[in-house]
Formats: sequence, structure tokens, C-alpha cells
Amino acid sequence: MELKTPLYEIHLKYHGKMVPFAGYLLPIQYEEGIIKEHMAVRTRAGLFDVSHMGEIICKGKDALENLNRLLTNDFTDMEIGQARYSPMCNEHGGTVDDLIVYKKKEEEYFIVVNASNKEKDYQWMLEHKLGEVEFEDISDKIAQIALQGPRSQEILMKLTSDIPEKYYHAVFDGKVAGIPCMVSRTGYTGEDGFELYLENQYAETMWETLMEAGSEYVLIPCGLGARDTLRLEAGMPLYGHEMNDDINPVEIGLGFAVKMQKDDFIGKSHLPNKDSLTRKRVGLRVTGRGIIREQEEVLAEGKKAGFTTSGTHCPYLGYPAAMAILDKEYTAAGTKVTVIVRGREVEAEVVTLPFYRKSK
Amino acid sequence: MKVLGDLVYTKTHEWVRFEDETTALVGLTDHAQQSLGELVFVNLPEEGDDTTAGEVFADVESVKAVSDVYCPVTGVVSEINEELLDSPEKINEAPYEAWFVKITDITDKEEFLSPEEYEELVKKDME
Repeated sequence: MELKTPLYEIHLKYHGKMVPFAGYLLPIQYEEGIIKEHMAVRTRAGLFDVSHMGEIICKGKDALENLNRLLTNDFTDMEIGQARYSPMCNEHGGTVDDLIVYKKKEEEYFIVVNASNKEKDYQWMLEHKLGEVEFEDISDKIAQIALQGPRSQEILMKLTSDIPEKYYHAVFDGKVAGIPCMVSRTGYTGEDGFELYLENQYAETMWETLMEAGSEYVLIPCGLGARDTLRLEAGMPLYGHEMNDDINPVEIGLGFAVKMQKDDFIGKSHLPNKDSLTRKRVGLRVTGRGIIREQEEVLAEGKKAGFTTSGTHCPYLGYPAAMAILDKEYTAAGTKVTVIVRGREVEAEVVTLPFYRKSK
Repeated sequence: MKVLGDLVYTKTHEWVRFEDETTALVGLTDHAQQSLGELVFVNLPEEGDDTTAGEVFADVESVKAVSDVYCPVTGVVSEINEELLDSPEKINEAPYEAWFVKITDITDKEEFLSPEEYEELVKKDME
């Protein structure tokens, strides 16, 4: 039985096409369809219900030490209000999840995890905690609404002055249209945007207030389908696709968030450095005819070179693209590969990620 | 949802327009294109290919997923609608004009649904 987010009735009102996802009923798209929703975020703004995401509070005298041991990034020099992305590894260097840590105050952190992993992550944290620290899963109390796209700031400015100036920063005790919420300048689309965390009871009012404020910019609601094509076009990895328990963060290009100079952290001894990698994540641009999906075999020079992890038709770029994990010798940009798509050969070329980068 | 009165249909949501006893155009219904969403790719057979009634002969892809298209008749592909290869969105825009293939030398066919029967099937589908 799937759960409903606090915005379930709103999705029905906006004619969302509801599907089960990570234990929730969520809209895969609304009436406009994935392509129009995708384009809205690239050119104007789109509104997403991401209340299925998990939120965990980590606090106590040893909170920082625990995060530095559980996660691959280093949280030592974080300022209050700052956000930092990190993988969380298992003992073998595989990935338990990827998440965002916000420093809320000294000795208190707010962690956002993937919906499909929240129970696993929470148990993992409890099993591996040391010293004076508490973890609390507050996911069920918190709704999350993402406002994404180049017009997001103008829309939000109509409702609040609690706007973080810099990307990957947040205002914790903010108010948007009088509703208490945390305003974070983050997202998963490759555009500027905001993620608002608030109590469930305010979610519907917040959604409708944002829709109204955004109407002059033709803000539209966007579903999971556009969320996936937007992140893929922006070359962002997704847990369960580009990473899992057997794929380490360094080989998929997350080395920037793996701090090998830290004393010790779970998985460290099994993580390769960048020069000793045997395989790497790359982008593939289709040069032949067809759309590449995930888990399809990639050949180079007639030999098995790896597999795809995600793939679709990119609505903004207008061509099909995929991400793949390939043996290192085939990862140079320009390498010609063949992908076996349901028995058919589709020609593609290795390209540098991301496929799409927003103009400054 | 539109169902045209002068066509026959399959349970797998293809339409068939017979030009004579052994020649027909085949496409996807309005209901099919609506449930598939915006199509971004279509893969058609080649002219001269043999088709078998009830077997996959083409596929269409939306941003989200790929779906098989079944051939309602056994025969030979005499013509493909090349326009669809570059503009698969035509299937969404005008599903009953966007024929996929012309099949000739038809020797066998599936059990077809009349427009009324097909409309009934779709109604049940949507419940």
C-alpha cells in the first residue's frame, strides 16, 4: 500500500498521473507532459512535490565526528547555514546512499536522503553511531517542495526576503508567505532553484501560494518524469542507477566529495584514488537511431566495454543521451561505442558530462 | 478519445484501414497515443519485411518508456511512413493520419474489433 504525500489531493486537482514510487503515490507527469514540464524548468520555472525524500536530524557533542566517519566528505569547516553533498559508503567502498548535510547550528545537522533509502540509511546511522550523538528520522513530519528554474528567485522574492544568497546555502527559520519553513538554495535539475522544507500541515497552502505567485512566469507543476530527464541532462547521478552498494563514488566522478586526507571513514581503505580506477562514468550521445535506456550492454571495438546506468531522450538538447560505466580505456571523449538496445545496435559516442550546463 | 467509424481495431490498440481485401494501412489509436504520452522515437520495419499477425513489428518510445506495436495482419511491408521517423510527434498530433506501414499480400489477420467494440474496451481500460 503506497503512502500519500501531504500534496496528494493537490496532484489530483492538477490532474497528475499518479504512479507508485519509493513507497509513495506521486505524479509521473501532469497534463502538459514531461517535455513541456522539462522545458518550463529550463526556461522559466517548475514546481515539484519531493515530500517523499527523507530527513534525518543528527545532533549531540559528537555529531561532527560521526558525520565525518559515516560519510566521505569533510564537514569540519562548515559554516552554519551551509549545505554539503556527500556519498555514504559501506565497508567495501560501495555506496549506501548519497545525501545532503546542512549545518543547522553547532552540534546539530539536518540530513536529506533518498526516499527509497531512508529506512536503510537511518538503520545504518544507528548501527554505526559512536559516542554522544542522536539520530532522529523526521521524514514523516516534513514536506518538501522544490521550485526550480531561472525564474525561481523572482517568484520567491514576491513571498519572502529569506533567500539564501549563495547556492548550497539555506535559511533555517525562514518564512515564505508567513509560513514557517527552511529555504534551501539547492536542487536536482541543473538550474538555479530552491527547496522548501516545511511541516506537512502547510504544504497545500504553500503549493498554491507559489503557483499563484508564479503565474506571471507561467510556473507549472512538474512530475517525476521531468525530474529524471532534467537531472540526466544535467549529468547528475541517481542512486540505484549510477550508484549502488557495488559501485564506489570515485568511479562515477564523485571524487570531489570523497576526502581521502581525512583520518578515517567507513569504506576509505577500499576506495581507489582517481589514477587507479578501472572503470568510470561517462556520458553517451547517440549518433545512430534509437533511445538508450539503463542496463544495456556497451561494446567498443567489438568487446564488452561496460553498461548503461540511465538513458532517455533529452528534451532540451533534443537528442537521446545516456550515462554509462565503462572500462577506463574506453572513456576518452570521442570514443565510438555500440549499445545493444533490445537486440538492436545503436551507435553512440563518449562525451564529457554534463550534457547540459546552464549559462551563467 | 477519438474512435473512427470506418476503421477496425485490435485489442493491443492498433487501427487498420483496409484499402482492399489484401492491402491495409496500420497505425496506433488515439487512446494508445494518449496513454503513451509524447512520442520521441519510432522504429519501423523495412520495406519488403514479412509481418505476422499478432507479432511485434515496430516500437514507439516516449521520454519515459518504450512500447511494442503489434502487426494485426500477416503480409508484406510495401511502404513505410518515413515522415514518422523524423517526426514521431505526428502520432500524437493526428493518430489516424499517422499510419506506420502499408501491408500488402495479406493472407491472415487477427480478430478485429469494430469501432463500437473498441470503444467499449477502452472504457473498461480506463476504469
